[in-house]
Amino acid sequence: MILVVAEQKDGRLNRASWETVAAAQALAAGTAPITVAVFGHDVAGAAADLAAADVAAVWAVSHEALASYTPDAYVTAVADVVAQLQPTYVCLPHTYQTRDFAPVLAARLDRALVTDITGLVRRDGAVLFTRPMFQGKLVAEVAADGPAPHLLSWQIGAFRADAAARGAGAPVTTRAAGIDPAAFRQQAEPPFQEAKAAVDLSQAERIVAVGRGIKAQEHVALAEKLAQAFGAELAASRPICDNGWLPMERQIGSSGQTVAPKLYVAIGISGAIQHLVGMKGSRTIVAINKDADAPIFEVADYGIQGDLFELAPAIIAELGAS
Amino acid sequence: MKIAVCIKQVPTREWQPRLTDDRRWVRDTDISYEMNEPDAYALEEALRLKEKHGGEVVVISAGPARVQQVIREALARGADRAIHVQDDALGVADAWAGALAVAAAVKDEGFDIVLTGLQSDDQGHGQFGPVLAERLGMPHSTIIMEVQIADGRLRAKRELEGGWFQYVTMPLPALLTIQSGINQLRYATLKGIMAAKKKDIRVAAPAAPVASRTRVVSLSLPQKSKQTAMIGGTPQEAARELVRRLREEARAL
Repeated sequence: MILVVAEQKDGRLNRASWETVAAAQALAAGTAPITVAVFGHDVAGAAADLAAADVAAVWAVSHEALASYTPDAYVTAVADVVAQLQPTYVCLPHTYQTRDFAPVLAARLDRALVTDITGLVRRDGAVLFTRPMFQGKLVAEVAADGPAPHLLSWQIGAFRADAAARGAGAPVTTRAAGIDPAAFRQQAEPPFQEAKAAVDLSQAERIVAVGRGIKAQEHVALAEKLAQAFGAELAASRPICDNGWLPMERQIGSSGQTVAPKLYVAIGISGAIQHLVGMKGSRTIVAINKDADAPIFEVADYGIQGDLFELAPAIIAELGAS
Repeated sequence: MKIAVCIKQVPTREWQPRLTDDRRWVRDTDISYEMNEPDAYALEEALRLKEKHGGEVVVISAGPARVQQVIREALARGADRAIHVQDDALGVADAWAGALAVAAAVKDEGFDIVLTGLQSDDQGHGQFGPVLAERLGMPHSTIIMEVQIADGRLRAKRELEGGWFQYVTMPLPALLTIQSGINQLRYATLKGIMAAKKKDIRVAAPAAPVASRTRVVSLSLPQKSKQTAMIGGTPQEAARELVRRLREEARAL
């Protein structure tokens, strides 16, 4: 059987949980029953939502020590469910929370964990998982070795949430988590936002985003002019914000904002997966990069391989002329 | 305070991968290497913790002889000594195998805090830090943007998705994985480079055979998810064609 670890916050499931249900259904291919477990304090509502999925069972695993996430609590609670269900695979969404506890869970269970999975292939009777390597420059087909269960974390967007098949209503059982809070070493404070984002990039119709290829802070002005010429908001990939060249609130990607504008122009952005997850839903994507093999071209509708310091002024001139 | 920082040597960002004939790995003769970027931020944070709280910074790296390049660089930036877990198999091993080898080599060091980058720019498993924490019996937290230490307790600012953060506290010793951008990096001075030559590098062999849990069956260039129209010509020609197509084809302007 396959265990899916769904993720909820304040009792509400995230979209990645549904994507992971879809991934588990593809992995099961109708031959293995799926149990979805959701962990938290008050998770009856989330479990009831999950019961709509075409799965064999839903477990609501509850404990007040799971009310706010800490790795020790989740590792122990999930390990306890794994011990009870003896799954072949444990599927998790590749969120920040999974990234925090799943490697420790794998180490405690002494089992393989494949992270950041974007797809699944069957070859000669074996199940292989595709995942990016070398900053997305290559895609690897990876096998998990050693005894079951194998732990799998599925990249955001690898499967569509609405691809998760719905069923006749899976039985929900509520269980007390088998955990001892006295052994937990971390305490979490409430989540907060640094500053309310002054710009809501998710509402922008057009975005010009700048990356490492801009090379120096003084060149950011060129990207700004290009954004003006397009009537676009200026955004950036993470390294630009890390350097303080643009404020963090203009960052696109897994740690920044997720956007889907009408037009997204990426200049000097190579396209690491952390950036792509934040923008690949854009309607039209233009990529300008000196490296023809940059992963950003994989998601681009229009690409120009070349020097952005020549191309950006030419585009500005062209937009101004017409 | 005894501070450890684990760093990995990875291919440079400019490197263009070429596959081996069996397409299971990359041709390592074509690679030039550098310090994994998040690890460089972890090193900087370690040096800042030492400046604030005293003690020593021990840099740890697992891999073939070539990784002494980044070990020397870390020593030049200010780390006090190094542990090199040396084995050719560690050059291609996964995060699991690397963490087990390092854990065995450093378990008697008695570190108060261990820092490393949140993931590597090569294989990118994002597992080394948490697995090492588990093997060393330490609590951990990941994707950290600020480190505070007071009264034997650690308070760390953990990055969440979409611009959210959270503080997590835990007792020492503990392990943190550091996010890029937590600080401003320093670079090695000539004095630092000279001093690094005299610093100690303990070379340790893995205590057990290096055994990965994940196995790369094949590598390939990514498939395009879209049919990308590549626009050529001079910059002026390309600009004209792009604007025309955005207007007439994509209707995005």
